[in-house]
This record gives sequence, structure tokens and C-alpha cells, in this order.
Amino acid sequence: MKRVNRLRAWPAYIIFLVMMASFLICPALCLSEYDYVDINSPFLRKIPIAIPLFKTMAKSPVEKRLSEKASDLLSETLEFTGYFKMLDRDAFLVDPEKSDITALNINFQNWTSIGAELLITGSLQVKDEIIDMELRLYDTFKSRLLIGKRYRGWINDQRKMIRRFCNDVIHCLTGKRGIFDSKIAFISTGSGNKEIYICEFDGYNPIQKTHNKNITLSPAWSCDGKWIAYTAYKKGRPDLYIEHLKEKRGFIVEKKGINITPAWVPGKFALAATLSFSGDPEIYMLTGTGKIIKKLTNKRGIDVSPSWSPDGKKMAFVSNRSGTPQIYIMDIDSRNVERLTFQGRYNTSPSWSPDGDKIAYCGMENGEFNIYVIGVDGNDLLQLTFNEGDNESPSWSPDGSLIAFSSNREGPYRIYVMSAYGTDQRSLLALPGEQTNPRWSPGIVSN
Amino acid sequence: MRKKIWISLVLLLVIPGLLCIASCAKKAVKVEPAEVVSAEDEAARKAAAEAAERAEQEKLAKQRAIEVQRLKEEQAAREKMAARNMFINENIYFDFDKYNLLPLARKILKRKADWLWNNPDVSVIIEGHCDERGTNEYNLALGDRRAESAKAYLVDLGIARARLTTVSYGEERPVDPGHNEVAWAKNRRAHFTIE
Repeated sequence: MKRVNRLRAWPAYIIFLVMMASFLICPALCLSEYDYVDINSPFLRKIPIAIPLFKTMAKSPVEKRLSEKASDLLSETLEFTGYFKMLDRDAFLVDPEKSDITALNINFQNWTSIGAELLITGSLQVKDEIIDMELRLYDTFKSRLLIGKRYRGWINDQRKMIRRFCNDVIHCLTGKRGIFDSKIAFISTGSGNKEIYICEFDGYNPIQKTHNKNITLSPAWSCDGKWIAYTAYKKGRPDLYIEHLKEKRGFIVEKKGINITPAWVPGKFALAATLSFSGDPEIYMLTGTGKIIKKLTNKRGIDVSPSWSPDGKKMAFVSNRSGTPQIYIMDIDSRNVERLTFQGRYNTSPSWSPDGDKIAYCGMENGEFNIYVIGVDGNDLLQLTFNEGDNESPSWSPDGSLIAFSSNREGPYRIYVMSAYGTDQRSLLALPGEQTNPRWSPGIVSN
Repeated sequence: MRKKIWISLVLLLVIPGLLCIASCAKKAVKVEPAEVVSAEDEAARKAAAEAAERAEQEKLAKQRAIEVQRLKEEQAAREKMAARNMFINENIYFDFDKYNLLPLARKILKRKADWLWNNPDVSVIIEGHCDERGTNEYNLALGDRRAESAKAYLVDLGIARARLTTVSYGEERPVDPGHNEVAWAKNRRAHFTIE
């Protein structure tokens, strides 16, 4: 079944590569527009944006349906970032079918008067299963075109076109790459066992990735998004598996004791993981093929859950060397270790932010588990979740603007997403069973 | 004349009577040897019966002995099984986020060591488990430590290291699915299985 789908997808994919060209309609480059969204501001103001239905060229029912779908998808995708306030289409003063979509003929006052600071117009034409889309982003107060793009491809690839445009919009407004090509791996019990699933950044299209039928835990993305490492009890004990996501090849680390908590070293085909074959759980550096390069920690007791700084020079990890689980940071060259967390008696699951300045983690206070963020210098401790069940396993989006985590606030454990400041908390997807342990992929994952 | 009649009358009565007696006597004589044979038979029969009885009783005694032996063996097997089951079923328990052995755990481990001494061919898997609180990953390491604590103690008590393997299940295999301290206390355990 899967193979058939893949075979059928091939010609479409090739044509897609050839045809889904995007053209810059207007050379208005978005060079100094980064001040629209300051993602470093803790009290983020959402920008009001208007996205009217896309104008249809032939006005056919197919086009009308696709127009609605595409404009809704564009709204939802941009809204996911938390940067925008979507204005209600019912409040719009102009009918998109009757108005023009280019700057020359847009009366921007119609948009500023309803509070829109940004406007995205679109047009859409369908011919022989091939779709042509023009999308434009305007600053309504400056009456200026910020981005204009034309896309052409199969109808089925509409989602990709919209995402590409959203990536451009976010890059224009924040100066960073968008997260719209990223994915999220997580653990779900839907099949009766804990298995790894992968969905798109917004929870769309979850696919079961492992079929181990025992216990599978701790998925970890390689930096190029091509490999995934995880722990599974395929042979009755916790071994470490390193697998290529597309090709059928991989490696296994099956030493005595536990082989757990993999974390890929940024920019390298190497990873850190906890092994206890020596009789004590220590963190080791391994090659991508699972061979030990060196021992990183050397302290009696538990050392577990490594997370790398983006430059690969430092590693946060959990150790109980002080008597309770706390987060420590090791400088890899000097092996110098410093304790990061001092508040609370149970701090685990460190996740180093993509900007490199913060670490998200899970802490227990009064029997409740919550997500915290702390500066790598130990300052600016911020609690992000409050009084809503247990909240665990934080994982940053590749642009550092969002954090995925698991929570049992609605009963069973599910995956949630929030901004880096704890705002806009929402459930990512609804699946049978319980979902835990989300791991956000790097920015680009090959499809 | 009258006298003659009386005599002939008497004779008439007596002779057949005599004859009858004689015949009867003859008969009695004839019967006598038969009676002797029957007595001999009786004795033989008695002896045989006694022998049979003895054999029967011996058989019964033997059976009883076998039965007693069987019961003894059964009892021994039961006790052995009970000891084995106790070895398997008796978990040791830990405090939250701890892997040091509590006094009761040490007592149970001593019993387990005795049993392992008496069953030198048996190899054992020690499973380390945690309650659901805390991070899966940290709990995998914690389960590993708990199993290793139990193993180290048994090794100290003289059990060969090679007979003991450990596997950590972290919080993945609770015995009690509840979300309260009663359930958690049951789940923070080291469990023993025979390889």
C-alpha cells in the first residue's frame, strides 16, 4: 500500500519540482522590515492582518472551493505562529471578487479603517489539474507591497505553495526562517504500544513511524533531519536505535544496562547518549554509527538527557549528583560542569533554545510538573505553565518562537504548543491513546 | 400261638429297623473320611487367605509408604514451588526518586540470597521500575539504579554476578495503573524473574 503510494507520488514529485516555481512578482525586497515582529519581546503584540478569500479567475466551482481552502489554510498557518490577529472576513469592506489585488488598485483605507496593518491578497486559476496562484503581502499603512510571489503546481501541492509563501512572510517580518517545513516527532500509545509518530509542524498528517510492538521512547532528530535515534525494547531491553528515515538502514547500540536519551551533536553525524554498561549511567559521545568516541560525564549516580547548545560547544544534562535531579551545563572542551537550576527538587528534560541563550526544562513544585525557561547564565527564570495538570518534555521550534510539550490537562496526555513566553497554549492534534515526548525537527526535513 | 405272632411282629419291626440302622451305620462310616478331607482344605484355605491378607497388607503398607513418600515429595515440591513463587512474587520497594535499599528490602533480599544458594542453577533477571511521576528518561536511569542496587546487595551476599542481570523499565510497566500514592508506592519496585 505504502509502496504503491510512493510509486504514484514519483511522477507528480518530479513535475512538482519542475513546475512549482515561484516567481518574485515585484522586486520589493523585504530587507529592513524585521521590526514588524520582535520575537524577543515577552509581551508580544499581535499584528492585525486581513486575508480575504483569493480571487478566482475563471470563477468555476472548483476554483471557488480551492480559493476558500487556500485562503483558510494561509490564515491558519500564519495564525499558528502566534504573531498575528486574524481579522474576521465578515468585517471586510470590499468583496475580493470585485476588487483588484495589486497595489495600484487597492484602496488601503478600506483596510486601515477596519484595523488591518497587514493585508494578503491572492488570486487563483486552475487549468488541467494545475494551479496558478499569486500572493501578495501589503503594509496597509504604508500602502506598500512587501512580498509578491507567483506559484504554479499540481492542485495537490497547494499546501506546499501556501507554506512556501508563509515562510517568505515570516522571513520578511521577523528576519528568521519560518517553521512551516518542520515536523514534530512524538510518542503515541494509539496502537496499544508506545511507538514513534511524525506529524507536520501544525499537527497535520500524523504517520506512525515505528512498529516495534513493545516500548519505544525518546525520538531524536539528526541535524539534517534525515536520521532519527530512539530507545526501544525490541530485544526485551532498552537499546538505542539509529535509523535513516527514508532508507532502510541503521545502527544499534545494545550494551548491557540502559542505552537511552540520544541527542545529536549540531552539525555532526554524532550523538550523545546515556549508557550504563559500566555499572553507572554516564553520558557518552557516539558516532552516528553507534561507536563510542568518548565518555563525557564521570560521576557516580544518574547522568541523563543531554541537550546541545546550537554551536555544539556545550551540553546541558540532568544529574542527581547533588542528591536530586538538577540541570547542569558542561563545557565540552574543558569538561567543566556547572549547575544551572537551584529552585525546586526535581528539574529534568532540558531543551536548549535555537538562539542559544535559554534552556527550557520540566520542574516539579508541590507535586506538579510545569515547564520553565531559564537563561543559560541561570538568570531570568520564567514559569510558562500554571495549574493545568502536569506539563513535561519541552521542545523548541527550530526558530525558537514556540515550544511543544506534553500535558494531561484534559485527562490523557496530549501534545500542546505555546509561544516561547507561555502564551497561546493549544492542543496540537487529537489522536487515540496518549501522546508524549514531542521533539521538534530542525527547520528543513526532506520530504 | 399268640407268642409266635408277637415274635414275628417284633422281628418284622426290628429287622428292617436293624437293617435300617446297619445301613445307616454303614452310611455314617462312609461319611467319616469325607469329613477329614474337608478340615484339611479349610486349613489350607485359611493359610492361603492369611497369606493373601498378609500380602494385601504388605501391599497396602507399601502403597501407604509410597503415598506418604508421594505426599512428602508433593509437600516438598509445594514448598519448593512456594519458595520459588515467593522469590518471584516478593518485590522490594523504594522511596520516590531514591534507589537506596530500605531495611525491609534488605531482609527480603537476604531471603532471596538464601533461595539462590539453594538453587545454584537458576539465573535471575532483576527488573527496576518507577512510579509514573517525573520524566520517562530520568526514570529509565532511576529504574536501572534500583535494579543495580538490588544486584549489588545480592553480590555482597555471595551470589555470583553472572547469575544476575538487570533491566530497567522506568515508568513503562506499572503494576497498579492508579494515580495516587498507594499505586505509586507499589510501582516503585524491583521485581525478580527467573531466566
